[in-house]
This record gives sequence, C-alpha cells and structure tokens, in this order.
Amino acid sequence: MTTTVDARGFSCPQPVIMARKAISEGKYPVEVLVDTVTSRENVRRMAQMQGCKVEILTQGDDFKMVITR
Amino acid sequence: MKEKITGFFASRWGIILTGGLIGFLGAYLQKNGNPKNMGICVACFERDIAGALGLHRANVVQYIRPEIIGFVLGSLAAALIFREFKARDGSAPLVRFILGVFAMIGALAFLGCPWRASFRLAGGDFTAIPGLLGLAGGIAIGVAFLKSGYNLGRSSRTYPVVGAILPALMVGLLLLLVVKPVFSEGGPIFFSESGPGSMHAPLLISLGAGLLIGFLAQRTRFCTMGAVRDVILMKDFHLLSGLGALIIGAFLTNLAFGQFNPGYTGQPVAHSNLLWNILGMLLAGLAYALAGGCPGRQLFLSGEGDADSAIFVLGMISGAAFSHNFGLAGKPDSVVDGVLQVGGISQNGMIAVLLGIAVCLVIGFSMREKDEKGAE
Repeated sequence: MTTTVDARGFSCPQPVIMARKAISEGKYPVEVLVDTVTSRENVRRMAQMQGCKVEILTQGDDFKMVITR
Repeated sequence: MKEKITGFFASRWGIILTGGLIGFLGAYLQKNGNPKNMGICVACFERDIAGALGLHRANVVQYIRPEIIGFVLGSLAAALIFREFKARDGSAPLVRFILGVFAMIGALAFLGCPWRASFRLAGGDFTAIPGLLGLAGGIAIGVAFLKSGYNLGRSSRTYPVVGAILPALMVGLLLLLVVKPVFSEGGPIFFSESGPGSMHAPLLISLGAGLLIGFLAQRTRFCTMGAVRDVILMKDFHLLSGLGALIIGAFLTNLAFGQFNPGYTGQPVAHSNLLWNILGMLLAGLAYALAGGCPGRQLFLSGEGDADSAIFVLGMISGAAFSHNFGLAGKPDSVVDGVLQVGGISQNGMIAVLLGIAVCLVIGFSMREKDEKGAE
C-alpha cells in the first residue's frame, strides 16, 4: 500500500517532519511530493539517514520522491 | 554538470566550506573596518539600515550595510542560474511579520543575532555563551511546537514579480548608498559619524563578501537556527557542521589578525548581563524557529522568491525601529572613570522581551494542527 504525502507549499522543516512520520509508520513505498530543491534535498538526506532508498521523479515544477526500504 | 555542483553543495563538505568561508570573511571585514566582534551580524546590519532610512534616530547605528544587499542579490543570482527561483507567498504573512519584529527585539536585547553570537564567541567574547544557550533554549521550545503539529500553513505559487520585490528594494538601497541623494536637509538617508554605524569596510569589499555568501548560502541552505533545530529534532548534524566551521574559521582568522581578545566584561558592543543575554536570545531563537529560519536564511530565501521570508525581513527592520524608538535595545558595558559599568536592558526592554516570549508562545500553541496536512 502506497502512502502519499503532499508537502508542496510547506517550507523547511515541515516536509521532512511529514515524510519522517510516514516512514515511521512503515507503509512502503512512501511517495512524497515537494516543490523546492531545498525540500527535496532535506527529505532525501533524512530518508537516507533512516536507511531508505530514494528515487526522484521531476513532475513539471514539482518533485515526486519514492521512498522504499 | 549543474546537478553535480548541486550535489556538492548539498554535501557535508559543501556546508563546511561555506561556513568556514563565512567565518573568514566576517573576521576579514572586521579587519577592514566593520565593528569589532560583529563580522557580519544580520540583525545589527538590518538595524543599521532601519537607522539609515530614518526609521529610528539612534545616530550611532545608521548605515546602509552592503552585506545585507549582497545576501539577497547573491542568493537571487544563484537561484536564477540554477533555476530555483520560485515566487511564492501566502503562508501566514502577518504572523511572520510579528515574529520578525519580536525576533529583532530579542536579538537587540542581546546585541546580536546567531551570526553575531558566533562571531562574538570567535573573538573571545564569552558573553556569547549564555546568548547561544538562550538561543538553543528558544529553538528547543520551537521544536516542541513543531513536534506537536505547529506550522504556518502552505504557501502558494505567485507571480514572479512578487518574488522580485525584496531584491528590487535591495537594489534601491544600493542606489541610495551609492548616490547619497539629498531631498531635504539631512535626508532622506542618515549615516552615523561615530559609533558602530560609522565603522564599515569599503563598499566593494562588503558588497562582494555579501554577494559571495548569498550565492553559497542559497546553494547550501546555510542556516544558524536550522543547525540547532535539526540536531534537537532529528539528530541531524549537517547544518551544525556549517555553523561550527563558521566559528572555527572566524576564530583562526581572528588569531591571525590579532583580533582575539578573551574576556567576559567590557567586550565590544556587548553587555555582560547574564539573565537578559539568555532571555533576549531565547526570544529570538523561538521566533526564528517558529518562522523557519535564522535572519540570514530569511534573506537568502527572499532572494529565491519567498515573499513570506521577505515579510519576516521587513518585520525585523520594523522591529529595529521599535527597539530603538522605545528604548528596548541593550546598552553595552562601558568604562567610566576607570570603573566598569555593566550594561543591559531597560525596564521597558525587559517587558518587551517577556511580551515577545508570551506572543511567540500564543502563536506556537494556537497554530497547531492535530493531523498534519497532506498525509493520507
């Protein structure tokens, strides 16, 4: 079951907090939508620190991050 | 190629190099005329700009600081080159303005923002330690709010021209600084003839340093508040390594230039009143945490199109005017007839700091969501 987190429009550190909460619930894959490179890099670093794999897809001006264990 | 550069700046070495360079440049600017142990103080320099525009009349702290202009325009350049300029606004702008006002009132009770606290420590001013502890305390309170669902809501995309407003204001300030127009007697801009406002490095050196720092900080997301917040929130030491590098870079440069003078009392533009150094910075740290960035980071975000951060910046400049017009700012230690007079803040200043903490707590408690938006 995919968990989707729409963090677009939120600024640092909100996207990281939202993504981390979804990761801690363990329902992979976790899809995180963000709209700035800052959020993308912050979420990526946090997910990798948690031992997850991160795939990033560019969707127009936004990014879809697919986080798997 | 651009992705590789982005990857480097996002790395641990990217943030360490940026922090170290900021430390060096701050100490170098002091060597070239900036006030002692100030290097680059975002709060003090915005206060000087408020004074130069006549928004307050403390005639020793009035100058249009090119470093601030450079921070915004350097970040704008980086955002444009790397296609990261995104105009956005609408995330609780009025709350951000109020947070900016009280962040400045807290910072000026201590006489500096986290940037200056770091430069003060690197110059041997040990009163920076209680300031930094207060800052960490304020940020810890902010983290507790973040963990319980506090947020200022989503921003929305807006017209690019909205994101260009603060950069355009900075260009206007630069023109005022260079042209020095006279519209009427003594106005419209005011420059200190004595005191910290009269001490500054040559324009091109200050502007160049500001532009370089703005560019690098936009790439690396350098943030002195985030440094502490990320450690408390999730034991992430990434940004803290940048702040550590700033302090070490400034310390080593100060040693090389003979600018390291250890002591607790009588330090340049600083007071040794323990309680109000702690509480002033606690207020500032809490306000930065609730607004999502230190005063420097708010300038860098403004440069990449974040109009909500620009509102925070305008709040800080307004806060500086309130702080000096209402007599709330800290008074430095001084030596009168060979006797040390410990500075501190007035009774009004104490009331303002406590009021600011109360207002921040109300904002923190009242802007929490039970279920975070976006999670499905």
